[in-house]
Amino acid sequence: MTTFLSSLRIALRALMVNKMRSALTMLGIIIGVAAVIAMVALGLGAQSRISEQIASMGSNLLMVVPGSFTSGGMRFGAGTRSTLTVEDAKAIAAEIPGVKYVAPSTSGSVQVVFGNQNWSTDAQGTMPELLDIRNWSIALGRAFTAQEVESSAKVCILGNTLVENLFGGIDPIGQIVRIKRFPFTVIGVLEPKGQSGMGRDQDDIVFVPFTTAQKRLFGRDIPGMVRQISVQARGPEVLKEVEEQIKDLLRQRHRILPNQEDDFTVRNLTEIMGTIEQTGKVMSLLLASIASISLIVGGIGIMNIMLVSVTERTREIGIRIAVGAKGRDILLQFLIESLVLSLIGGLLGIGIGMVGTLILSHFTQWPTLFSVNAILLAFLFSGSVGVFFGFYPARKASLLNPIDALRYE
Amino acid sequence: MNLPNHSAGIDSRSNKVSMTGRRVESFIEVQELEKLYRLGEVEVQALRGVSLRIEKGEFVAIMGPSGSGKSTFMNILGFLDQPTRGQYLLEGINGENLSRDELAEIRNQKIGFVFQGFNLLARTSALGNVELPLIYARVSGVKRREMARRALIEVGLEERGHHHPSQLSGGEQQRVAIARALVNQPSILLADEPTGNLDSRTSIEVMEIFQHLNRDLGITIIMITHEQDIASFAKRNIHFRDGRVVEDRNSALQG
Repeated sequence: MTTFLSSLRIALRALMVNKMRSALTMLGIIIGVAAVIAMVALGLGAQSRISEQIASMGSNLLMVVPGSFTSGGMRFGAGTRSTLTVEDAKAIAAEIPGVKYVAPSTSGSVQVVFGNQNWSTDAQGTMPELLDIRNWSIALGRAFTAQEVESSAKVCILGNTLVENLFGGIDPIGQIVRIKRFPFTVIGVLEPKGQSGMGRDQDDIVFVPFTTAQKRLFGRDIPGMVRQISVQARGPEVLKEVEEQIKDLLRQRHRILPNQEDDFTVRNLTEIMGTIEQTGKVMSLLLASIASISLIVGGIGIMNIMLVSVTERTREIGIRIAVGAKGRDILLQFLIESLVLSLIGGLLGIGIGMVGTLILSHFTQWPTLFSVNAILLAFLFSGSVGVFFGFYPARKASLLNPIDALRYE
Repeated sequence: MNLPNHSAGIDSRSNKVSMTGRRVESFIEVQELEKLYRLGEVEVQALRGVSLRIEKGEFVAIMGPSGSGKSTFMNILGFLDQPTRGQYLLEGINGENLSRDELAEIRNQKIGFVFQGFNLLARTSALGNVELPLIYARVSGVKRREMARRALIEVGLEERGHHHPSQLSGGEQQRVAIARALVNQPSILLADEPTGNLDSRTSIEVMEIFQHLNRDLGITIIMITHEQDIASFAKRNIHFRDGRVVEDRNSALQG
């Protein structure tokens, strides 16, 4: 232990001889490590944001929509005839055991008017189950009941964006708004969700009972028609299975022949978001790798300076060998010097990286997440860069011929 | 520390050489030493067959013009270099088949070097410089300090332990170098023009230290010099010329 400490002290003293040179050499490592720390923090922050968004959208989620994607883009039949019905939704609920909730819905663009304020938004007519499927919580008031669906009651639940834009500070519960000239009573307000993974404002929405939407809002459409069916599976294990079962069931119900395409599409949102998450991870890894390249450059800087240092201290090395230093002693001496350089650079880089990331995040509002593992890894990486790039000069020093070295001017 | 087996080496060699069958054990034994340098395409025969013996406790001066091979000879004596032919035994130790590391160990334990240019570490204190061989001998910090202190006392510099070479005069620097050479209690002290960078008065001071070490502590000293008056401090003068010993005199002066 004492020899280790004294070697450390000797190395530090040697590096202090030319502080400027040591500082500049360290700069490469500092920048490299800081860059890696920042990239990893940004990457992890983005990933956790995506995970949050996935969770907020609802888990184990399948969406069935009419039309198929096989010939590039949505394909409706002539006359825009939708092929999904409420009966389909009921069948899915009844016949597929892995299904937890099913909610058919229909939607369209509407104007919501309160007093002299109006707001253009997306209206979704659906079942109360949809709120569970899509992870919506009620902040004020309540959801509509099955009874209200039965009776096509004119009640609605507002998203947070509508509340802010139409009501300002007034309590919206119990108020009357007009949707397509019909008066609707506000019975509930949703908890805000923020932006979706694809950038949409999820709070810009109003929910009404499915039947009300069909009869009043989108009445010209064929009754029983459904724009989409949202299905929540019981758990992630059965998700894929349920997806297949829904496809089989609908093909059967719609009497689709084996060689014909589906006239519907089942979207596995969890899968899609999973892909996005994967892509995010790959991007983070790529960013970190690119940042690591600057660490390599820093290492080359260390090798360069150590080579110069060895040449400058040729005489000193000759003296040491003459009085009994073995090759190993000289090797270790110089290796410790480059290790000290890279480790101190690593520590400074971690500090600067963390501070820089926090400042960046403050100004850009990008999410960041620090991981202890990443920091430790960066520290170890900088250490290995020091050892790897310091090895060649140290070895060169250890192989010097003492007679020639002592004669060196 | 594992040194090669003395007796095996010396018995076989000495018995071969000695014609009368008498077992000879000299402190330093040199037989038909040759050294050939190849510098690119040029070949230089630095030593052309040198044979001699030096006994324990001798004080020898080696003289000769430049190119006579005396430095080459000293390098071989100090285990810094190996001969191309011939043999060198120090206390029966033959450096011939030893590795670099093993030679370093022998130098550390058996040889003390004193150079014309002092060759101290500029950014280290006098004590630190003297401690250097002890670091490589793996002596612990406390003991190192003590041994270094005692060596400095021996050369009369106990007050200057914490000074750096730049704060010391030439003579003082050389004395630090001598202390360093002594600190590990070597078998021989090899000095290459030890007074070359010193004025006459300081030179005499250094020579008096050498004499004290040789006479009172029994240290074997071999020194290269080109100055006759310095050489006369030594009891034995060996002259080199063109890679050979041309003269080997014991002087009656300086008892």
